[in-house]
Amino acid sequence: MNTTIDTYLTNEIGPLPFCPGCGHDQLLKALDKALVKLQLDPAKTVIVTDIGCIGLSDQYFITHGFHGLHGRSITYACGMKLARPELTVIVLMGDGGCGIGGSHLLNVARRNIDITLLVANNFNYGMTGGQHSVSTPLSGITPTTPMGNLESAMDLCKTAIAAGAGWVYRGTTFDKDLPDRIAKAITQPGFSMIDIWEMCTAYYMLSNKLKKKDLIDIMGRNNFKYGLVANNPRPEYGAQYRTTYVDTATPERKPRTIKTKLGNNIKRQTGIVIAGSAGQKVRSAAGLLAQSSMCAGLRVTQKVDYPNTVMTGHSVSEIIVSPERINYTAIDTADYFILVSEDGLKNTKSRIEKLPSTCTLYVEKSLDLPHTEAKIIRLPLMATAKKINRLSICFVAIAALVKDSGIISLDAFTEAITAFQKPAAAEISLRALEASSALIQAGQEVDSKNL
Amino acid sequence: MGLEFIEGNEAISRGALKANCNFFAGYPISPSSSIAYHMLNKLPRVGGVAIMGEDEIASIGMCIGAAMTGAKALTATSGPGMSLYSENIGLAVGGEIPLVIINAQRQGPAIGSSTKGAEGDILFTRWCTSGGQPMIILSPATVTEAYELTYRAFNLAEKYRTPVFLLTNKEICLTRESVDLEQVKLPRLVNRTRTTIDDSCFSNRLKALHEVPKFADIGGDQITRFTTSSHDEAGYFTSNPEVIQKMIDHYAAKIESAEEDITLVKQDIEAGAEILMISYGITSRSVTVAVKKMREQGYKVSSLTLQSLYPVPRTALSKALAGIKRIVVPEMNMGQYIQEVQRLIPKGVEVVGVNKMDTTLLSPDEIIERGVLS
Repeated sequence: MNTTIDTYLTNEIGPLPFCPGCGHDQLLKALDKALVKLQLDPAKTVIVTDIGCIGLSDQYFITHGFHGLHGRSITYACGMKLARPELTVIVLMGDGGCGIGGSHLLNVARRNIDITLLVANNFNYGMTGGQHSVSTPLSGITPTTPMGNLESAMDLCKTAIAAGAGWVYRGTTFDKDLPDRIAKAITQPGFSMIDIWEMCTAYYMLSNKLKKKDLIDIMGRNNFKYGLVANNPRPEYGAQYRTTYVDTATPERKPRTIKTKLGNNIKRQTGIVIAGSAGQKVRSAAGLLAQSSMCAGLRVTQKVDYPNTVMTGHSVSEIIVSPERINYTAIDTADYFILVSEDGLKNTKSRIEKLPSTCTLYVEKSLDLPHTEAKIIRLPLMATAKKINRLSICFVAIAALVKDSGIISLDAFTEAITAFQKPAAAEISLRALEASSALIQAGQEVDSKNL
Repeated sequence: MGLEFIEGNEAISRGALKANCNFFAGYPISPSSSIAYHMLNKLPRVGGVAIMGEDEIASIGMCIGAAMTGAKALTATSGPGMSLYSENIGLAVGGEIPLVIINAQRQGPAIGSSTKGAEGDILFTRWCTSGGQPMIILSPATVTEAYELTYRAFNLAEKYRTPVFLLTNKEICLTRESVDLEQVKLPRLVNRTRTTIDDSCFSNRLKALHEVPKFADIGGDQITRFTTSSHDEAGYFTSNPEVIQKMIDHYAAKIESAEEDITLVKQDIEAGAEILMISYGITSRSVTVAVKKMREQGYKVSSLTLQSLYPVPRTALSKALAGIKRIVVPEMNMGQYIQEVQRLIPKGVEVVGVNKMDTTLLSPDEIIERGVLS
């Protein structure tokens, strides 16, 4: 910029709108002096205001301005700073905002995002009638504490410091050096905060006969530090994000696609249900079956069901394979059903009871099945899996299904294993496939014994 | 080109990236969480920013802040998170802030069944904030459509300067399908029209009520000051009733006058049909099967699938009504969008809802039995 800016305040919509003697007036003038001192480019500066009388402030500055919801000004400011790091972002929030938006105060301090928070702290909700806030001193009289405030005032500085804030200052609007402190807060890298104590001449000052010197007394009585409370700079979040995540990011690999059509015996839409326990890799194994079917030239959907607990309870995947587009993704009448655990049985018992004779049910041989019309193939899935890998039971089961049913070519199955699984997982799947021939034979023996 | 096997949530994130989304903030919630994982993983690779907020309010707040500086922002949640978004959605409507919001529906009310599908948030999403201004809401039926409609949602958000919702469902978000996203024909990418240094901020807003104002980035050369309070065309606070009414009319006019531009429907009209199925989302796939079955049995039946739910595609709906005596509206809720249909139909046309909210999909047979045979 070539010309010096004498003031960042503008009269465009009139003079400042505050009550006579209101601390906000002095706070904004101190902010103006700080901006004049720093000569920031107005087009690269934004003042974000919270709700309350202080929320009227942003439109009186020649910088960008944004006035949002109660308690949320910090969140908008963080979004702006993260998206556009070159901006100087200043938040004006009252003590009310520190209450309703307390979590955002903690989290901006914790993350250390480079915004400057100026709290216009006048111990009450000045705009809505002077109700008590998180910063109202003990025994303070307000419309909501008519017999005196019983709640301890929150030390905003200590709170911010506990959450990790690097630069924290407490002052009053009567301080001569407030503009310099604000300028320091703005230039300080990382999150900085000034808790600025001031007078609400409409409410709190009147109902509590508060005088200028009382501010310092209240601080002393409550062990609230006056002046610089913390100066412990640490790395700023946005800068770290850019160096750690963005600068070192590798371009994403192109997604692996399937072009092969390695053969299948599917003439119509076919439904395969796999029921087991959460943590048994039901979804992964079903996914492999799906990818194998795609390698075989089929369309596939995989609908999943599991409880909100992750490693316990059931996990059921419904795989539909079809030569054509698949619409309805649930399976009302399964063609194949794999059951590997008690959890799976518990969840699908009523479905198993209704399976038609056209369905083949591959089941871990130790499970007690309800009556069903389905063709049952009992397999020592658990015992086989134990020999391969603790978590391989579902892979053993789908290998047995592929081998026994012939719905897709073995080439398609091995193609999917090598193309989509990580080497260690692929080895397990290949061993499962290897074991499946013996398994099917064993299954037939179990069946004939049952007969 | 070839087939991929991906879930709806990945398709949504891919659609967002295809639309040049460069900011994401979200809070984990089933079944939307993996959208966040994809964005957190992918955005830094293209120079964007993705962050997990401390809660839903912070997440949408950060998106709004980023969008005001010019970013294309995305957030994703489910019903409980929508409740927390509510106030900020109103801010985004009033501030005419482009933003895409994914509502991955799950069974409610409240916590409900966190890993089960539902379509219970249709009217909630439509009326999710105070004031009652029009919304743009799209609803995909497949993983491929989740990709396409997310991309389109960004275009609409930019074009109309408004939050746009993608109303999806666990049954699309977490269902994997074989898809070929490269085959999807996408419209040209739209970016918001920006002010030039000669324009005063929001200068075009009130030339015509339906006109979409130009956008001035916070941090751009054109100084922009915007207040969430009732404001005039310059973004300044106002208490003038005339100006306030004008702005309210403007929010409505810009969306409602664009009904036909926003409308996305798929028609399967059979000549002479007296039955019309109206459906959206995952349930429309059951309808496709039901319609095929019914035609095989000799019924004449038409089907209208809505990909855009709001603004209500009145023109397309009215057109599909010709000769229809019975309308069937199957929904995974207790009857929500059917109310929009009932508003439009002439006397003498029967409207039947097929409703279920037990977390399972409506099957084609249920739709035929309860919608047509009963």
